[in-house]
Amino acid sequence: MSEGKSALLVMGCPEVPVQMSMVIYLTHKLKKAGWDVTVAGTNAAVKLLKVADPESYYVQKMVDLDRLIADVVEKKIDFDVCFAFMHSDAGMTYGATFSAISKARLFAVVFGKNAEALGESIDYPAEKIVAVATHNPAPLKVKIDKVAL
Amino acid sequence: MSCIEQMKYRLYLERTSFKEAREYIEKNCKEVYYVDPGYKIFKDYYIIGVPPVAMGVRGSEVLFTYVKPCHGTFVMGVDSEEEIARLRENEEKKIKKSLKGSERDKAEAKAAPMSFSEMYRN
Repeated sequence: MSEGKSALLVMGCPEVPVQMSMVIYLTHKLKKAGWDVTVAGTNAAVKLLKVADPESYYVQKMVDLDRLIADVVEKKIDFDVCFAFMHSDAGMTYGATFSAISKARLFAVVFGKNAEALGESIDYPAEKIVAVATHNPAPLKVKIDKVAL
Repeated sequence: MSCIEQMKYRLYLERTSFKEAREYIEKNCKEVYYVDPGYKIFKDYYIIGVPPVAMGVRGSEVLFTYVKPCHGTFVMGVDSEEEIARLRENEEKKIKKSLKGSERDKAEAKAAPMSFSEMYRN
């Protein structure tokens, strides 16, 4: 059913450990379901991912976040779904940008200590996946597993 | 890295929230323009932000928000007559567009009201 459909995972600042774990997990899950997955992030986030997955077993397409935003604005690329990971105001701001520039169905994946307050502050069109999770990915994984695509 | 970090800029706010950064621009600039997220400035910076994204003009300087995922939002100022002219030009286009819309509304309002017999004919 998902053949030919594209998914984008947007990584925020990589300082909260659950993000990398969930990005690898979700990429794997989407790929198994037939999605074409691209992961975008800052230099630091992409480096962490490359070291964790040296042979690109889980993630084949990794792109620089700012470069990708330019390409979406210039309509060179777009996606069917977008998962924007965020645990800070800056991450929430990136999510708002994707909500405005992309036609993708947007999921705001909100985690970290202040996940609930941050989730409430999101007032742009997005489906929210909110879990207070920093080191333990289980609460976020449970919610991501409930997403029906 | 965007070209902005290699430009000559002034920092007015650092590592703050996007909302505070927007309020700073609104309070400290006589001219404030609102653009969509993804608005391109200088050579290669596409503005990241929560709408409405404020940009300000103060003298020859354009003030805007700059978001870094690990560091929060910054308010930067760069001297650029070119960007200021583009902002003003875009605003003028928006006004013209909205005027056209209101002229159309007026024309519709001026049209003769439909009679009751016409309304119930179907």
